[in-house]
Amino acid sequence: MFKKLLVANRGEIAVRVIKGAKKLDIPVVAIYSEADAQAPHVGLADEAFLIGPPPVAQSYLQMDKIIEIARESGVDAIHPGYGLLSENAQFARKCAEAGIAFIGPSPEVITAMGDKVQARETMKKVGVPVVPGMERPVTGLEDALAAAEEIGYPVLLKAAAGGGGIGMQAVQQADELARALQLCQGRAQAYFGDNSVYLEKYFAEPRHIEIQVLGDTQGNVVHLFERECSIQRRHQKVIEEAPSPFVDPEMRARMGEVAVKAAKSLGYVGAGTMEFLVDRNKNFYFLEMNTRLQVEHPVTEMISGVDLVVEQIRIAAGESLNIPAGLSIRGHAIEGRIYAEDPQTLMPAPGPVNSLEVPEGEGIRFDCGVTAGYQVTPFYDPMIGKLVVWGEDRDQAIRRMLDVLGRIKLGGLKNNIPLLQSVISNEQFQRGEFSTVFLTKLLERGN
Amino acid sequence: MEKVYANMAGIVLNVLVKAGEKIHDGQEVLTLESMKMEVPVQSPAGGTVKEVKVNVGDFVNEGDELLVIKK
Repeated sequence: MFKKLLVANRGEIAVRVIKGAKKLDIPVVAIYSEADAQAPHVGLADEAFLIGPPPVAQSYLQMDKIIEIARESGVDAIHPGYGLLSENAQFARKCAEAGIAFIGPSPEVITAMGDKVQARETMKKVGVPVVPGMERPVTGLEDALAAAEEIGYPVLLKAAAGGGGIGMQAVQQADELARALQLCQGRAQAYFGDNSVYLEKYFAEPRHIEIQVLGDTQGNVVHLFERECSIQRRHQKVIEEAPSPFVDPEMRARMGEVAVKAAKSLGYVGAGTMEFLVDRNKNFYFLEMNTRLQVEHPVTEMISGVDLVVEQIRIAAGESLNIPAGLSIRGHAIEGRIYAEDPQTLMPAPGPVNSLEVPEGEGIRFDCGVTAGYQVTPFYDPMIGKLVVWGEDRDQAIRRMLDVLGRIKLGGLKNNIPLLQSVISNEQFQRGEFSTVFLTKLLERGN
Repeated sequence: MEKVYANMAGIVLNVLVKAGEKIHDGQEVLTLESMKMEVPVQSPAGGTVKEVKVNVGDFVNEGDELLVIKK
């Protein structure tokens, strides 16, 4: 096992990683910027080093400086958390060159999954479903009709040279195609000077569901079920849960099998997440793979009993997977991300945390990067903590979430707790009937 | 006299106008950055920029004065 571990991150995830390392009795080194001198992760670590001024480019992204601190303090493993350097192949390579274990997959796998087009091709080759579509422009109406038939309606006509949604036409059935093709070609010509168009599968209100995988250096790979992540705004997740109210055992088995097969073909080592777009007919299509610990990993931990950070560290140390055979889902977990933002405008709202009191109890977990008296600065992500609750079933988890949200006292700082309450108490959400457009629609209606 | 106020707390990323410059109602006058988000600030009125009260890199609080516009 490692002698000493450095956490190359800040906020709630740095705190989370320190707790995982402590479970394995590994001393931890923290790094911090000038803005984070009073941050909880600094106090929790065994040693802490100032890395630079507040902006991340001058602090948490300073690869050489981080490695220098690691070397000088006798560190033999670096955990990158999420964001920052966690999916940086160059950093993973620099760690290896310095003889320090990077807790994550190889630089080659990080690179292969980092390029989204390359990742799609790689996945397609190993039999993972990707969003069906043409890889060449339409030659005429006959060609378009044949292609649409093969892809399956509804389809989306897109300008080959385009972007930003300009000229896109959704086509529900065959008799609408001729007119839509004419419109799309006309707009493509007008906007991009090129009338080439192509077809892909159209998803009106998809879900975003992801599968957690773990792989070890011996080539063993398992999946730890799915997470439902459709409640988003500005492509940022707000509420996640496990299991998904939409996924049945048969679908779970299919998704898990695909994810495990894909991870094996990559030679995946560590924790990773495959994100899928899911249509209403329970078809799923690969979106991207995140080669790191996910923000929403606690919901998986609560329904599986597996400590993902501990597993990551053990795997990086060369140990084999320690997941009981036939592991099954226990209960239901929901996570609400707490953002320092205006609950009406959703604008970032840095400021002081005057008071913070979170109820404790069975099935309640609060992963947090701030304390009372702490100043939330404009330099970093607005997410300050994650409230995670567990229940015997989804209804109990929902009730518990509403109860805890109602009793949290977070004073001084504008935050999105009212928004979390309005989502969790929404009838459609409670019935499990929602898609990635749910939150946008809710906000348009004025909560 | 009209004033342009900060719509959120953040750092002044850039200033797009200079004192003496004529601007129109709704024109973007500067950009604030906070928590990985860039937010443009627009002038609530047209006129001439009388004074720019902030510099690039300054930290401002929500409601702070950024610009003075002479109608």
